[in-house]
Amino acid sequence: MTSLAGTGGLVRLILRRDRIVLPLWIVLLTAISVSYVKEYGDLFPTPDSRVKYASNAGFITLYGELSGSSLGEFVTWRLGFVPVMVGLISLLTVIRHTRVEEETGRRELLGATVVGRHAQLAAALITVLGANLVLAVLLALGMHSQDLPLAGSIAIGILYAGTGWFFAALGAVAAQLTASAGTARGIAIGVLGGAYVLRAAGDTSAHTDGPLAWLSYLSPIGWAQQIHPYAQNRWWLAVALLAATVALIGAAVALAVRRDVGAGILPDRLGPADGKLGSPLALAWRLHRGLLAAWTVGFALLGLLFGGVAEGVGDMMRDDPGIQEMFQRMGGAAGLIDSFLAGVMTLVGLIASAYAVQATLRMRVEESSGRAEPVLATATSRWQWAASHLVFSLLGPALALLAAGVAEGLAYGAAIGDVSGQVPRLVGAALAQLPAVWVLAAIAIAIFGLFPRASMVSWAGPAVCILIGLVSAGVSTAGWIRDLSPFTHLPSLPGGAVSAGPFVALLAIALVVAFAGLIGLRRRDLPA
Amino acid sequence: MISTEGLVKRFGRTRALDGLDLTVRTGEVHGFLGPNGAGKTTTIRILLGMTRADGGTARVLDGDPWSDATELHRRLAYVPGDVTLWPNLSGGEAIDLLGRMRGGVDKKRKAELLERFDLDPRKKARAYSKGNRQKVALVAAFASDVELLLLDEPTSGLDPLMEEVFRDVVQEISDRDGRTVLLSSHILSEVEALCDRVTIIRAGRAVESGTLNELRHLTRTSIQAELVGPMNGLAQLSGVHDLKEIDGHVQFDVDTDEINPVLRRLTEIGVRSLVSQPPSLEELFLRLYEPEAVK
Repeated sequence: MTSLAGTGGLVRLILRRDRIVLPLWIVLLTAISVSYVKEYGDLFPTPDSRVKYASNAGFITLYGELSGSSLGEFVTWRLGFVPVMVGLISLLTVIRHTRVEEETGRRELLGATVVGRHAQLAAALITVLGANLVLAVLLALGMHSQDLPLAGSIAIGILYAGTGWFFAALGAVAAQLTASAGTARGIAIGVLGGAYVLRAAGDTSAHTDGPLAWLSYLSPIGWAQQIHPYAQNRWWLAVALLAATVALIGAAVALAVRRDVGAGILPDRLGPADGKLGSPLALAWRLHRGLLAAWTVGFALLGLLFGGVAEGVGDMMRDDPGIQEMFQRMGGAAGLIDSFLAGVMTLVGLIASAYAVQATLRMRVEESSGRAEPVLATATSRWQWAASHLVFSLLGPALALLAAGVAEGLAYGAAIGDVSGQVPRLVGAALAQLPAVWVLAAIAIAIFGLFPRASMVSWAGPAVCILIGLVSAGVSTAGWIRDLSPFTHLPSLPGGAVSAGPFVALLAIALVVAFAGLIGLRRRDLPA
Repeated sequence: MISTEGLVKRFGRTRALDGLDLTVRTGEVHGFLGPNGAGKTTTIRILLGMTRADGGTARVLDGDPWSDATELHRRLAYVPGDVTLWPNLSGGEAIDLLGRMRGGVDKKRKAELLERFDLDPRKKARAYSKGNRQKVALVAAFASDVELLLLDEPTSGLDPLMEEVFRDVVQEISDRDGRTVLLSSHILSEVEALCDRVTIIRAGRAVESGTLNELRHLTRTSIQAELVGPMNGLAQLSGVHDLKEIDGHVQFDVDTDEINPVLRRLTEIGVRSLVSQPPSLEELFLRLYEPEAVK
């Protein structure tokens, strides 16, 4: 097997490069999943409450149908989105260690040593399939330690790992198709998204006794889910997933021998010989448009999901006399749903701030890759260059939030028959997040301008705010800690009282901090 | 066109530039030479207003490269030694983008240059080799109507054929259009073929500056001779270096300026045979590049 020579060394290289990320996602996903057992066991102690909670149309779209009312089945159902994340991480990791290596030319460097033709692909797959196996074992042990039946715990481990395996192999196929890692990721994530949509459509149809229930069986995510851990434990579906994985790996290998190193099966398309781009803003649009489109679509989907489940959440909470009493004091059923929607809006705002930071740091990517230099050596000033990017890091999140607000308004409005009323209300609530988002964008601008080498620290902004949001929701937190997050100072919308004060204050802070960063950028060396 | 005096730039504790003087006259092709890490790129970055000098003065096109950067950039073009492009833009798009942002592209000139450099502008930048990326930046620079070109090791990655095209184009824009070029380079044949004057820098300081003819006087002639008598007094003559004697054969280097008195002394001793090797710039550069040269 000379075509696999050197695989062991490459596996070690991958483990060395991913020594933090790989254990991190395995442990994190296991810990989150296991923690759901106690959390949801406490929240929904009776089978009735579980069935009622899970029969909401929005949740069925999101997580699929509940197979039965035992705690194990309920937790598996509620964790329905985690296998999708496992699939996503798996395909991204495989592409990262195959196509990215080729695109950067590192594969060539290694390939010239005693490394076989298929060693790189084999090493990436061995690592990712192995990581999924470790995840499955840890999850099975963790679930069983929470007093859930052993067979079902093994089955949910296989549910996760099977999804991971399938999409790892799919990533391997996508990596053979194009010369660009970005396009390969697009293809693989597109298939993942399609599989999810098929599953969601099939399950929704099944719930309403519609004719499209079979769609779920076209989706590997559907197969994994239909294993039904803690119920029937249908092992044959796990075998089907494994067979599909083997078939995909075979396809990837077959494609790999039909192409050159560095090339893809699909030809690289030619671009125009003459360009239309002629300004910094036009260039920024080219660099940001993919990101902008992806985030806007993502936010719209998020809005649809949350808008769709809102009413059901209200119903469910209303059945609990304790919660009902609490929310009655806060303004009745409308207040109940509004408080849920307001919580959702804060979450959406926090995610939007991650986009704002990502878009701002594009400037740093341009700088450290050396692409900013030729632009700034033309008659483009640093102000103009920064402004062209900031259009996207400030207005991009605004567009994404707008999409979330419109979608949430449409979905919730359709559910309660008040589209024209809910859309403007929820658009307002979504856009009200902007001042806080801009504060975090401004902090990223300041770090980039004043301490460019520490640019990655900008991610601490959204991370700390998300942490504060998560912790203060559950545990009582000191006021000054909560005050650190700009999101704390926003009114609770929809439903809350609005005053101009916090908006003006946050906007002023954003303006001053961003301006300090821009002055720093004007005065510093570039690249630095 | 360009003048710097006592330019200083520190990066932490290291002094990248340590009092650099550089003068580039209007219309000349000026060679900028020095070993890796001597400060060539740092100097060019200061001239572009990318990096700010810690001391000394710099003037470019009668302006301050830092505070007038944007205005000056309309009148100059820059080619870095390691060109990175946007992977999903075609070469043609990148050329037009840079040209337009500088103030306009001459379509005819661009087409002509693409033809001469044999570059397919439709390919996406990620598909270009290093040499082809370099060509993209060269075409973008040569196609713009500017007074000054700053070229930082612009031919790295080009094949000999393209190297030839590069020389022709630089010669043209210098002779025909009267443009000024600052050319940082390691390739001596390129410098000899193109440059009117050169500045050699080492450890952030200019160690020599002048025309190539002037520099030739700084080179040494290598002499091997078989002498009739003993080599008395030869070692004491100024300009004689590395003198060795084996069985009546002497071998030494002599500064080209001092060659006359040395030859006179040799004939006084009596010469049976003599071989002299002409001065080469390469030796001069190697000598100036060596760390001891500065002391």
